[in-house]
Amino acid sequence: MRLRTASAVALAVLLAGCGGAGGGGSSGPQQPEQRTLTVFAAASLTEVFSELEPRFEEVHPGVDVVFNFGASSDLAQQIVNGGPADLFAAANTSTMTTVSDAGLVDGEPTVFATNVLEIVTPPGNPAGIASFADLARPDLKVVVCAPQVPCGAAAEKIEQTTGVTLIPVSEEPDVKSTLGKVTTGNADAGLVYATDVRAAGDDVQGVGFPEAAQAVNDYPIAVIADAPNADLARAFQELVTGAEGRAVLGSAGFGSP
Amino acid sequence: MTRPAVRRSDDHETGVGLPRLLWVPAALAFALIALPVAGLALRADWPRLPELLLSESALDALRLSLLTAGISTLLCIVLGGPLAVVLARGRVRGLRVLRSVVLLPLVLPPVVGGLALLFLLGRTGLVGRGLDLAFGITVPFTTASVVLAQTFVALPFLVVSLEGSLRTAGRRYEAVAATLGAAPWLAFRRVTVPLVLPGLASGAVLAFARCLGEFGATIAFSGSLQGTTRTLPLLVYLERESDVDAAVALSLLLVVVAVVVIAFARPRTVEGIR
Repeated sequence: MRLRTASAVALAVLLAGCGGAGGGGSSGPQQPEQRTLTVFAAASLTEVFSELEPRFEEVHPGVDVVFNFGASSDLAQQIVNGGPADLFAAANTSTMTTVSDAGLVDGEPTVFATNVLEIVTPPGNPAGIASFADLARPDLKVVVCAPQVPCGAAAEKIEQTTGVTLIPVSEEPDVKSTLGKVTTGNADAGLVYATDVRAAGDDVQGVGFPEAAQAVNDYPIAVIADAPNADLARAFQELVTGAEGRAVLGSAGFGSP
Repeated sequence: MTRPAVRRSDDHETGVGLPRLLWVPAALAFALIALPVAGLALRADWPRLPELLLSESALDALRLSLLTAGISTLLCIVLGGPLAVVLARGRVRGLRVLRSVVLLPLVLPPVVGGLALLFLLGRTGLVGRGLDLAFGITVPFTTASVVLAQTFVALPFLVVSLEGSLRTAGRRYEAVAATLGAAPWLAFRRVTVPLVLPGLASGAVLAFARCLGEFGATIAFSGSLQGTTRTLPLLVYLERESDVDAAVALSLLLVVVAVVVIAFARPRTVEGIR
């Protein structure tokens, strides 16, 4: 992914150079201008954004959308340290704040999706888990995200509001790692996002619970200040927040703000 | 004795000087390793360092890291030592294949090793399923699983290092011992082992250092829980999500421990060869 970003930067620099040399004369062969839109997005948006990419490129000929998917906190650090992002979509508001506090956000970030926790179990829910309180059963091996990461913070919040104390066998550093412990059959249940359950397909079974509404995770999106392709970034943001984007987000399991 | 610093690196025995040209790539190579670490030190929040390093989670992780790396290193010696002897001295067919299998953890991404361990010893794994059904033992999520993961990735370091010194030590002394009537086990104990002790020690130090840095296999196989499975590298990875200063502080701690281990333990053992 870094390689892609690096080559995208190289390409962008090259193209900018060509554009400068050409001056105002767009008299060459009638080909659309080649441009690259660089989108930094939370890993959980991988499927959704990848699905939106061809639709965007179809409407914007000559534009190549390049993604840098990763943990929102890593992406925020990269942007603050000069990462070449045009658009940033984060999985929580605090990482977006890191970027906006650095004065790198153009305008106000928009919340475009929400995500809630869901209990994930192996197919068929062999342990018969029906509620959040069931996760505290001592005979179960439960995995959660660590409180330092957003999914773990959400789990902790629900524990506090319900008064149910979980005794996990592991607090994983990210949500996919948590999911993996369940898909490999080593944990009886885990707490992940509804979208992760949806993405895992038949390998797992999801058990929704009403208390999840206590910890709704917001996904903000913002154009990066002084982005070289701010116009394209704005167009992609409109696609994500528009009807088409909402439909794709919805089928991936995201809620609408 | 006030020789110029550069002269000291020349070969004393032959007096052949070092080609000047080599200094440029050598310096670049050194910078490539040293500068990022220096960058880490520059980025550190030094005034807060004691507080960050003395947090309960940091101390737990350090304790667990040292404990598991110590046990793993012992396992490497006990299991990897004999394996190195077999690889260096064995007269069996298929030794080349055996050696390449032993080297696998060196070239595989550690997370692949962790998955492999999981599919062997995990609850649904080949052996793990039996352990669970027969004895109610589950290996993942335990401190023992951390030791296993570390031993898996560190074993080749000890084996390669020891096998090398077994080969350079040659077999002449053992042959002499044999002509003097020593049985193979006696010759091995009294002749071979003392000869390769420096190689064993440097291999053990390398294995220990590798264990301290293990991340991928541990997170895939053992998970991450404070005091049980969350070693220093896992804590670094976790803290960088929420508190970059803490992650940097813990990274520096790892660097210091690794440098101490390599710098103070290794030269002594290497000097032992001379």
